[in-house]
Amino acid sequence: MPTEHAFPDSAARIARAEAGAEKMSISMGPSHPSTHGVLRLQLELDGEVVTKADPVIGYLHRGDEKIAENMTYNQFVPYTDRLDYLAPLANNMAYAIAVEKLAKLEVPPRCQAIRAITAEMARISSHLLGLGAFGIDVGAWTVFMYTFTEREKLYKLFEELTGARFTTSYSRIGGVARDVPEGWLGRVDAFCVQFLPNLEEVLNLLTRNKIFMDRTAGIGVITKEDAIAYGLTGPNLRASGVALDLRKDKPYSGYEQYDFDVSVGTRGDSYDRYLVRAEEMRQSVRIIRQAIAMFPPGKWSAEDARKIVAPRKDKVLTSMEELIQNFMLVTEGPQMPPGEVYFEAENPKGALGFYVVSKGGGVPWRLKIRAPSFCNLSILPKLCVGVMVADIVAILGSLDFVMGECDR
Amino acid sequence: MPPSPDAVAALKVGWAGVTDRASLDHPAVDVPAADLLGVLGSLKSLQGFDMLTDVAGVDWGVGARPRFTVVYHLFSTTTHAYLRVASSCPDDAAPQLPSAAALWPGADWHEREAFDMFGIRFAGHPDLRRIIMWDGYPYHPLRKDFPLAGIETPLPDAEITAEVKVGLIAAPMAGGPFVAAAGQMNMGDAEPRAKDESWNERRPKPGT
Repeated sequence: MPTEHAFPDSAARIARAEAGAEKMSISMGPSHPSTHGVLRLQLELDGEVVTKADPVIGYLHRGDEKIAENMTYNQFVPYTDRLDYLAPLANNMAYAIAVEKLAKLEVPPRCQAIRAITAEMARISSHLLGLGAFGIDVGAWTVFMYTFTEREKLYKLFEELTGARFTTSYSRIGGVARDVPEGWLGRVDAFCVQFLPNLEEVLNLLTRNKIFMDRTAGIGVITKEDAIAYGLTGPNLRASGVALDLRKDKPYSGYEQYDFDVSVGTRGDSYDRYLVRAEEMRQSVRIIRQAIAMFPPGKWSAEDARKIVAPRKDKVLTSMEELIQNFMLVTEGPQMPPGEVYFEAENPKGALGFYVVSKGGGVPWRLKIRAPSFCNLSILPKLCVGVMVADIVAILGSLDFVMGECDR
Repeated sequence: MPPSPDAVAALKVGWAGVTDRASLDHPAVDVPAADLLGVLGSLKSLQGFDMLTDVAGVDWGVGARPRFTVVYHLFSTTTHAYLRVASSCPDDAAPQLPSAAALWPGADWHEREAFDMFGIRFAGHPDLRRIIMWDGYPYHPLRKDFPLAGIETPLPDAEITAEVKVGLIAAPMAGGPFVAAAGQMNMGDAEPRAKDESWNERRPKPGT
């Protein structure tokens, strides 16, 4: 196992570069295959060595926070799909919980379990894509084919549950859009059973792959101190040796009932970030199977909160009270007290936070989205200095970011 | 060092200007702009709030006093406690606060975003440029007096503008955005619908 980068002394290389020849300035991105979307890196190079890296973001800015200030709380749910669009179910949940905290609303255990199951499925789906794309970035094409086969199975399950494969819009303030279909949990369990051996097969292509290890081990090392100082979260923080997982440390949506381990790296390099994600998928399967085993009966939305949760459709068309309630909720939005809350959920990419400022009524005064990809990328100017251009590809792949979330 | 059981009480002992802030979840304090850096620094070094998770600008509306507030969310990786620190900009016309980038390098991008979106300047920031909008963009879009439909602005790249002979692209609103407004009005106005600030190819922009 290689323990050191082939060129460990980046400071000396930068000094050499600065003393010597003229530098070249190039734009990597915004449409470069390794920048996973529309990230642009303005690089200053001396030969193959990067002497300065300035990330340019904002190409995918849609003004989500401005839009949120102009619509009711439930109308914003589809916009959360488009933050980290590789794990929309997890975003839906994080947003709904943030607003429910504002209303001091507890959702029933069945709803919590549904949300936890879907969030973990989203985590597997997101990590599978991250892994496949990371493989492509460093020259291992095959992995992508295998991970997408598994992802397709997950998407079939998402479609059955939510009606959409990609943009699920599944959460509502105070519940979920609909209950799980008949037999769906059994099919999720069957997926988990067949997924574990398939996952091992995929990981076997990378974990002890000489080329993959040479490309990633010792590359893009983030120290524990740096990771905390730059506000890194999620697998990128844990790979640096910080055992921080909000599902364990600040449990929400019933995560305290489930037994799972937090995977932690030791060296904080690109290879560790890969290993942490690989282990997280196994742990997600554990959580899903436990949640299915103890799946609670009962209501799947907080129906009693009549100023927040819409009534069932069959009642809307037959009862006057429910018709009025539905009309008020659609026109005025769920009624929230004035105040402010901040909630972070452990999403596949890191801690997705929502800071909601309410002045009362159905529309937020301010909704700040704390995007994990935004914070994770902010370390790039430091991380990319002194590495080779090809290493940047490995570093970006291992950071596993999504620009939809970064630019909002 | 881990945070004391009551970080807010400990903070008030050393800083007379710190006051409680209404909050529905985490402990929260209001800090005068002059004390902000000192308070954040002591929270970091003495109380164990080692991670700055979020910095959010808030515009309380045109005419509100103070108009701009910056809200910091701190987190301790050891005790897993959150703390909300809010500081209002003393000057509404030229909002400014001291920069926390020297305490947390992660504050760099957050403060650039608050500058970009609200026009709040951070004194002592190493590189205060726009981060999401392009350099040279003239507005601060999250201010409450900026319309949802946007304001037409020349495209950033003069060379491309000369080549394609298109200098302005109106926001393609196409009937949206559908805005629901709550408050004292009749139901017809409150219903989600495209408000007058939308326009498209067939419908001219209001006021032109």
